Amino acid sequence: MTASDDLTKLIFGRLTWDAIPLHEPILLATFIGVALGGVAILGAITRFGLWGTLWRDWITSIDHKKIGIMYIILGLVMLLRGFSDAIMMRAQQAFAFGAEPGFLPPHHYDQIFTAHGVIMIFFVAMPLVTGLMNFVVPLQIGARDVSFPFLNNFSFWMTAFGAGLTMASLFVGEFARTGWLAYPPLSGIAFSPDVGVDYYIWSLQIAGVGTLLSGVNLIATIVKMRAPGMTLMKMPIFTWTALCTNVLIVAAFPVLTAVLAMLSLDRYVGTNFFTNDLGGNAMMYVNLIWIWGHPEVYILILPAFGIFSEVVSTFCGKKLFGYASMVYATVVITILSYLVWLHHFFTMGSGASVNSFFGITTMIISIPTGAKIFNWLFTMYRGRIRFELPMMWTIGFMITFVIGGMTGVLLAVPPADFVLHNSLFLIAHFHNVIIGGVLFGLLAGITYWFPKAFGYKLDPFWGKCSFWFWVIGFYFAFMPLYVLGLMGVTRRMSHFEDPSLQIWFVIAAFGAALIALGIACFIIQLVVSFIRRESLRDTTGDPWNGRTLEWSTASPPPAYNFAFTPLIRDNDAWHDMKANQYARPKEGFIPIHMPSNTWAGFVIAALSAVCGFALIWHMWLLAVVGFVAMVGATIVHTFNYKRDFYIPADEIVRIEGDRTRLLAAGLV
Amino acid sequence: MTAHDQAHTTPRMDALDHSPLGGDGHGHDHGEEAISHSTFKGYMTGFVLAIVLTAIPFYLVMGKVFDKSSTTAIVILAFAAVQIVVHMIYFLHMNTKSEGGWTLLALIFTLVLVVITLSGSLWVMYHLNHNMMPTTTHDMRNMP
Amino acid sequence: MTADLTVPFPSGRAPAPPTVEAPRFYSTEEHHAENGTLLGFWLYLMSDCLVFACLFAAYGVLGRSYAAGPTGTDLFDLPLVAVNTSLLLLSSITYGFAVLEMQRKKTGPVLAWLAVTGLLGAGFIGLELFEFVHLIHEGAGPQRSAFLSSFFTLVGTHGLHVSFGIIWLVVLMVQVAQKGLIGENRRRLMCLSMFWHFLDVVWIGVFTFVYLMGSLK
Repeated sequence: MTASDDLTKLIFGRLTWDAIPLHEPILLATFIGVALGGVAILGAITRFGLWGTLWRDWITSIDHKKIGIMYIILGLVMLLRGFSDAIMMRAQQAFAFGAEPGFLPPHHYDQIFTAHGVIMIFFVAMPLVTGLMNFVVPLQIGARDVSFPFLNNFSFWMTAFGAGLTMASLFVGEFARTGWLAYPPLSGIAFSPDVGVDYYIWSLQIAGVGTLLSGVNLIATIVKMRAPGMTLMKMPIFTWTALCTNVLIVAAFPVLTAVLAMLSLDRYVGTNFFTNDLGGNAMMYVNLIWIWGHPEVYILILPAFGIFSEVVSTFCGKKLFGYASMVYATVVITILSYLVWLHHFFTMGSGASVNSFFGITTMIISIPTGAKIFNWLFTMYRGRIRFELPMMWTIGFMITFVIGGMTGVLLAVPPADFVLHNSLFLIAHFHNVIIGGVLFGLLAGITYWFPKAFGYKLDPFWGKCSFWFWVIGFYFAFMPLYVLGLMGVTRRMSHFEDPSLQIWFVIAAFGAALIALGIACFIIQLVVSFIRRESLRDTTGDPWNGRTLEWSTASPPPAYNFAFTPLIRDNDAWHDMKANQYARPKEGFIPIHMPSNTWAGFVIAALSAVCGFALIWHMWLLAVVGFVAMVGATIVHTFNYKRDFYIPADEIVRIEGDRTRLLAAGLV
Repeated sequence: MTAHDQAHTTPRMDALDHSPLGGDGHGHDHGEEAISHSTFKGYMTGFVLAIVLTAIPFYLVMGKVFDKSSTTAIVILAFAAVQIVVHMIYFLHMNTKSEGGWTLLALIFTLVLVVITLSGSLWVMYHLNHNMMPTTTHDMRNMP
Repeated sequence: MTADLTVPFPSGRAPAPPTVEAPRFYSTEEHHAENGTLLGFWLYLMSDCLVFACLFAAYGVLGRSYAAGPTGTDLFDLPLVAVNTSLLLLSSITYGFAVLEMQRKKTGPVLAWLAVTGLLGAGFIGLELFEFVHLIHEGAGPQRSAFLSSFFTLVGTHGLHVSFGIIWLVVLMVQVAQKGLIGENRRRLMCLSMFWHFLDVVWIGVFTFVYLMGSLK
């Protein structure tokens, strides 16, 4: 009997049937929904015989455009999960007053706000940002792909499997109940002995590897693969912000890796980094995690700033005002983002001298951002503004983000922060800047570059509906939170005693409902645009009269992006070409050298997820096997030296000929 | 046409030598320009310097040469810094030309961040411990 | 040439026909961007540097929290550390010799020097494991105090990196033996070279900051 018990323990660790939450109705309903939906999708793929295409053209693809699209799909799918968490929280907080406990007990509510934060930051914002950078940057610099195409595929799958591991926590076991940064001692083994924090740790470690490698990849790409003539100060501004963002990624994510590793050592080995006894110091975790955490938020916002720069100059028909100062501002923000981290824990007790230093640096860092806002406004001044959807998102951003930024400067004052720290004011502030800045920027960017990726524009009507629901919904959802915060209401509460607060929460819930409609409109927009794609077709490749190189390619671009490497003379290279009698080459094509697809990225990432799952459930045998298999697969992959091929010249003749015909037909 | 393109007179090497998108196949000079040609003399100089810069700190500590341990600490840290520079120059061939200056830029940026992380953490944690921990730092060493 | 039908988004006026002075906007020759492997690997090393910086910071903050347990002066065996340091430094120079032979395109000597490097590295790891086992036997394992947690993690992470380096070295030896000193293998040898030297640099920090300073007073 004991021998087979031991064997079960060795194979299954602490995984038992109890881990499946059959007694939780919401989870059960979700599981049934997901299962049915999953079966439907898998069934459809099988029915239409698409497995081959899926494997060949997407899963093993090293094409930066495909990988970029997959990142964005991942981000949008996870947005639905993260937003469901938000709706549940708003619903709970709108009703749970006094005798009414609401429908979410604290045990459940705590997992929801933790998952909401983790998913929104790591599996929505990061993938969307990475996806856009992946898609756009090589096209903007006149390159055929990124520097390390295999690594790019691997990075995507690591992120995707990290997300998958977090999603698995819904149905097998539970998630962390610590908040999205999992502070010890609560996240230590003594106070969170169950699997939740382990899911958190391994999801983030796996996704973190992907993100870090993606950072290395894009820096090398921008440094090494710019078209001849494109000096640094002739790069498109989005590429500049992408460069700085990826520098931040490479510089910040190692810190997250190290801190989570130390936390996992505390949990698995019994070390004393962050414990209450034997010399541990939980404050060190907070210190280190925010050394990562602050650059992280700049990783999210800098690409959005880049998107706005491109959108403003395109839709005002003008060169971006103050290009050089925009670049300097971005670089200054990159460096300064490392000098402000303590403002996230002014109240932890470091004292006046430390707090003042960081308070001052925090206020200083708002200055370059202010400079950027002025530059955008000056670009608009005397421009011929076209209020297409990306421009609407930009205006929405400028107003909303400035408000959020101002509340940030308010919080930067330590004495004020002592009142407002961890109140709903803080929640309102960061949602203000993340939604107003990052999300609006991403939606602007997706709308702007969608025609390039898919060959047709997004339907403007549903897009505008989405926009208005989002903007109005945002204000209804978060302005009450500023009020509540100033009244002293703490964050992460699932139940309140004071009924006078309820009206504000009800307004906020109404705002969340509007945002839900905004998301619904966005999904409808995607569907309607697909159905109406012929009438929304972009035949020229340049639907917005763009200024940068990506608009010189077809929509969508061929696998090789450019038949001939562009030669650059000036900023806004495509605008320069159009203004100077650019004649698209129609002959003389030569074979093009391209990287081959790879199975290794997907397989190694899948094995890492298996290893992560095994570590979470203490299935030591599987963990070791999984890890050895990972190393083995990596070694096998390195023995593959034939990773490239040539696209023959006549193939290129055919593709370019198709485009010539399309352009001619479009003008008739 | 850049000078880079004009230098490619060597015939294309076999497909195995090609990295897709990033060529090294057009002759050996390209990939090895970044190697900046190690020399025996360079390695031996670095090696001897490293031995000396290692032996002295060990001797200073094991032989209890200085009275004050803080003096010893500062001296051996200085030796470590110098030896790191020696390694960077003689073994890692750190110079301003490598990768168009990006290697050095990346190193300097990383060093700045390392200094901020180390000194920032020590400064912040010192104050936090002083204000928030129940006993003095000295007692903390001995608290179970 | 007739009016070019491929100019997109007409701005309201007919596009001008290309003149003699129309600038060249594309290159008709095969263009290969510069290889980014060495830069990319250097950037990865910089990120690894920051991982170690965090571990050093943790050691800096927690390294004197002995929890009434053994201290560095009690535990550190400086002669052993000196031997270990020499092994690692020697392995750095032997790798350097491998690179020199690689530049001379001598596959045999390259493999020989790599083997020596690997053995020296294995010796380093062996001694370190011996030290760790000994400490754990004495009750000074990583669970004893925050000082020991940060010690084992910092030194252990360095050791893990060296171990991975050895595995990589063995794989690369097989690949060099199979395919010779082709461009791709030379690049990989240079990456491993950077990795190996970088680990020696980190070790300088370790033996100074942890062992030597931990043995003072």
